[in-house]
Amino acid sequence: MTTMVMSDLRGQVDRLFRRKRLAAFGVPAVVLAYLVYIFIAFDVAGLADRARMDNARILMSDFWSFKTHVTQDNRNGEVVVAIEGETKGTYPPGMLPDWVTMADGVTTIDLGRGHVVVYDATGAHYTVPGYGTVSAVSEGGKVVLDAPEPLPDWIEVAENRIQVTTNQGRFSVTRNKTETFRYQPGWELWFFTLDSPFYGKSSFELAQMAIWGDRVDPDITNLAHMGSDFWNNAMWRHKDVAWAISETILMAFLGTFMAAIIALPMAFVAASNFSRFGALRFAMRRVFDFVRGVDALIWTIVLARAFGPGPMTGALAIMITDTGAFGKQFSETLENIDEKQVEGIRSTGANAVQRARFGVIPQITPVLLGQILYSFESNTRSATIIGAIVGGGIGLLLTQAISTQKDWEEVAYYMVLIILMVIVIDTISGWIRRRLIRG
Amino acid sequence: MTDVSFGPQPGKGGPKSEYLAMVRQKRLYGSIILMIFVLMMISGFQVAQDRNAGDFVPGLKHLFDFPAEVLGEAWTNRAAIPGLIAAHFPSLVETVNIAAVSTLVGALMAMVIAPLATRGLAPWPRLIPVFRRVLDVLRAFPEIIIALVLIYILGGGPVPAMIAIALHTAGALGKMFSEVAENADLKPMEGLASVGANWTQRMWVGLLPQVAPDWFSYVLQRFEINIRASAILGFVGSGGIGYDLKIAMQWGQGRYDQVVAIFLLLFVTIVVVDQLSSHYRTTLVKGRAT
Repeated sequence: MTTMVMSDLRGQVDRLFRRKRLAAFGVPAVVLAYLVYIFIAFDVAGLADRARMDNARILMSDFWSFKTHVTQDNRNGEVVVAIEGETKGTYPPGMLPDWVTMADGVTTIDLGRGHVVVYDATGAHYTVPGYGTVSAVSEGGKVVLDAPEPLPDWIEVAENRIQVTTNQGRFSVTRNKTETFRYQPGWELWFFTLDSPFYGKSSFELAQMAIWGDRVDPDITNLAHMGSDFWNNAMWRHKDVAWAISETILMAFLGTFMAAIIALPMAFVAASNFSRFGALRFAMRRVFDFVRGVDALIWTIVLARAFGPGPMTGALAIMITDTGAFGKQFSETLENIDEKQVEGIRSTGANAVQRARFGVIPQITPVLLGQILYSFESNTRSATIIGAIVGGGIGLLLTQAISTQKDWEEVAYYMVLIILMVIVIDTISGWIRRRLIRG
Repeated sequence: MTDVSFGPQPGKGGPKSEYLAMVRQKRLYGSIILMIFVLMMISGFQVAQDRNAGDFVPGLKHLFDFPAEVLGEAWTNRAAIPGLIAAHFPSLVETVNIAAVSTLVGALMAMVIAPLATRGLAPWPRLIPVFRRVLDVLRAFPEIIIALVLIYILGGGPVPAMIAIALHTAGALGKMFSEVAENADLKPMEGLASVGANWTQRMWVGLLPQVAPDWFSYVLQRFEINIRASAILGFVGSGGIGYDLKIAMQWGQGRYDQVVAIFLLLFVTIVVVDQLSSHYRTTLVKGRAT
């Protein structure tokens, strides 16, 4: 008898071990096989060819630096100095950065460390220390290069374009224009644009002007003037950005809390211990499943058609999606409540609404608020994406900046802002949630 | 002091009235907070509506116009829908693959980082805050940012979306994994340490079997979330069923049968994954309880 049980047990253990051994090798093998399949299906090997590392470099350098374009129109000899080459960053006549001088039709650009570019009547000349002078002269509709031989690889010569790239900057000559780019660290014009009287002042000078300096504009105080110049900065658009961030947070806030308000009564209908009618319960649960299954993407598209682009559409999209999720979560929470408190309230002769108000709500409030705040956090992230689809908030600004493919410093700025926004919201809601749990 | 020793002073209402005063005060605070909240909701909604292209009430009447138009056109072309579903199936596979790979890669990353960020398990306890911050940062990056930047660098295709979702998944799962691992029994690890097992062996043999059901249930939940995310990223960026949907939507009228086919594919996939994952999650959690 005992031996039979023993041998049976032994067989069982053997089988168990065989299965475990199979799982121990089988699971990693399946994972590996799947990854190999993906490697082929997604053409990861071909990625190296498609990847554009120069784009990555542009992006990274725009993160911490800005470039100033000194552009000469070769047809009329006009020279324009513009930050990032944008109209709103163009130096007005009579104002130049201290490293550019213009006199008698000769423009001298000091790129630092002995690198000097000169535009004059004969053409453009770039003096590189330790190498010599690279001259590009426009002759009869063609650009002719004159540089010491052999040509190093940082001088690119094409049919109608010559480009020199050094650590100090970039120099490019075509038939129509001669351009020099100088890279400098920082986000230029972040506070004041060039047309503001406060541009280029140190913080000490600014403080002085704000407190006892004469009014630049007799109508308003200097401090208010500074505020308005900063707020209406055309280059960085602080006003629009601030609105966009608030729109994104507003979308998440409205969407989450409206969803919670709608989902709570629905959850009572769907919870088995509150709803006596099985059919109604079943129907409500299928409603939740349907709403969640249709997915935020599709709701967003449908709503954008009815309400047009904007933050309200985004808020409604979040609301509908979250109603499904909350309905399911809340009804599960309701099913897990402690019945004793409801029983106690019932014993005093309370009706159903009173039982819910005094027996159930106090129990579930901390749990529900925790769930709501948690999804508020994740909705600030989704609101960025939904904003990109419905056309509102910081998500829209971000996708617009990315699609122009040149304002990478703005992309960097928006990215930093989005991450800060998410971290701030996470911190606040985490703090409230911890306080709720502690009671 | 005197009040405590000799009871309430005569002439005042005693504990009952004090209790009622406290209740009234609490109710007052509660209603003030509630009013502020309601005001915030109403004014917030006003602001949102002012900045919206269309208003709420007029839009409400048109809410079903678009679905009706789409469904109407699709109904007249209903014979074509099975064919279209088949035609868009490869895109669906791509979307599901993006979600699956990013869940897998993210979970593997989280498996490595989570023990490093857990008190009691970490080999370098001083670095716990560092690893926690790493997880926080990974979580804080919205997927769309990483995806759009990577699309710029790597070009279109599924890989940027995959990397973006995987990083976010690693952050989200890492935190949950670490919370589970915090409650793990340390005795098996100690036993393994006493026979000379190194850190990796202790985690693999001592920790993993304990936490596997919970971790796996979180992974399933993430997979569900990631399918949605990968569809949306396809719509914003490129690749998968989201991109097909965007193209079909841009065509507008005349392609609504395609839109319906894609809607159906997406809906069925999400519902199936949702149901499967919630079924397995209940079994995993219940199985452990018995």
